[in-house]
Amino acid sequence: MAYSKEVIQHYENPLNVGSMNKEDPKVGTGLVGAPQCGDVMKLQIKINDDGIIEDAKFKTFGCGSAIASSSLATEWVKGRSIDEAMAITNTEIVEGLSLPPVKIHCSVLAEDAIKAAITDYKEKQSKQQDNSVAQ
Amino acid sequence: MTVNIPVFMDNHSTTQADPRVVDAMIPYFTEKFGNAASRNHAFGWEAEAAVDHAREQIADVIGGSGREIVFTSGATESDNLAIRGAAEFYKQRGNHIITVQTEHKAVLDTCKKLEREGYDVTYLNPAKDGLVTPEDVVGAMTDQTILVTIMLANNEIGVVQPIEAIGHAIKKRNPKVIFHSDIVQAVGKIPVDVEKMRLDMASLSAHKMYGPKGIGALWVRRRPRVRIAPMIHGGGHERGMRSGTLNVPLIVGFGVAAMLAKTDMKEEAERMKALRDRLYDKITSELDEVYVNGSMEHRLPGSLNISFAFVEGESLLMAMKDIAVSSGSACTSASLEPSYVLRALGIGEELAHTSIRYGIGRFNTVEEIDYTADVTVRSVRWLRELSPLWEMHKEGVDLTKIEWTNTH
Repeated sequence: MAYSKEVIQHYENPLNVGSMNKEDPKVGTGLVGAPQCGDVMKLQIKINDDGIIEDAKFKTFGCGSAIASSSLATEWVKGRSIDEAMAITNTEIVEGLSLPPVKIHCSVLAEDAIKAAITDYKEKQSKQQDNSVAQ
Repeated sequence: MTVNIPVFMDNHSTTQADPRVVDAMIPYFTEKFGNAASRNHAFGWEAEAAVDHAREQIADVIGGSGREIVFTSGATESDNLAIRGAAEFYKQRGNHIITVQTEHKAVLDTCKKLEREGYDVTYLNPAKDGLVTPEDVVGAMTDQTILVTIMLANNEIGVVQPIEAIGHAIKKRNPKVIFHSDIVQAVGKIPVDVEKMRLDMASLSAHKMYGPKGIGALWVRRRPRVRIAPMIHGGGHERGMRSGTLNVPLIVGFGVAAMLAKTDMKEEAERMKALRDRLYDKITSELDEVYVNGSMEHRLPGSLNISFAFVEGESLLMAMKDIAVSSGSACTSASLEPSYVLRALGIGEELAHTSIRYGIGRFNTVEEIDYTADVTVRSVRWLRELSPLWEMHKEGVDLTKIEWTNTH
């Protein structure tokens, strides 16, 4: 299969590869996919006191399109509020990378990863609030 | 010595035609263009003589007779003709066929078609090393069994089945059962002898042995005579088993390729094995969590299939873009399913997704092997840095204990 130039660019020079401390209350971690399916994405976001995503990192096991989708997703969430990041859809990723129909599931996984990271962050925040209320 | 990129190391898929093959073919496109079936003029006689010479050359590599060669468009047609042809011709004797789960799709899909037509097919499950035993085969035979079809060497993992022992076991149990083998990947790489192997039919393809694409053969035993119903009807060519004007230039090329395969085999096999072992040693000395798929002992000399745990195959192919290899990853197949061959061996899907097939051939050099090993090691390391699974593995996380989402 021929890859789009956008996919090749992100695959060869992926942005925001790495990991953040998943115990940090400011960090949300999303882990989606399954090794048996050939795709696993870990996407992490770090949210500042103003509720803005100030940093994002990813690691992905998957095809070139999956790696490119997660690279683009981390780049897009940076600088956005949580609600803005929640609004990112897989179709935008499909368009951004010119993904063929057979690779749409990669973009779906990237959207899921963003949402999972935000959910994880929110859960951490509510637990912290519960803790402070209890104290 | 420099390496010319891209490097071709996918010789199970096809091979470069040997220049000696191409040279021999050319006159048969131009001045020697006769129809081998033209019985009454010099053009026809010349073409027929060339075809008959090629039959002898091809039969000679497998220990058969030139009169037993039926030319086809390739091994897919040969497999179809052998299986459908025998099933139809011998249907009065029974309706049971035995094959193996790791066969080429040309065999499996033909068997599935026959199942829909009322035949019973047993698909033997190979052991973890990819091999079946004579006991497995004989154990599956019933009084309804008419045909057993088992490939000699596997196209994906390169393992070589004990065909001689299987052939003897089948014939001891019931000499009337027809034994067919797809020997495409083995010819010219390991010794093939249809008599010793007790075969009744064997499928060959020219382009897997440095010949041209679009020509293959089915060897069909004459003594005792094996009968098949034809699939293509027409002028009664090829003793009525496969009608259609013979493609003389391709047949001439096939013949020369076979002749070269025979004369060069011993030396070439040793060289291929040395290159393969060099590639294996270089990769395994630099990387851990690397698994060979299929028996290393019973394997074609130029063949290597490796799973690189925690790295997905298609992304690895992309990183190794200057090297032509193939992968068992789902993403590289039209079906989006990981390799059925690896799954039949009981290899987990997570490892099947990470497999790479290297096929070393006549024209590969030591420099290309070293380059391929270096690129493989570099690419796997880079992709493991990108892999959350590798990170978790390094942290000591048991990946089998994780509740994964999206498990389809």
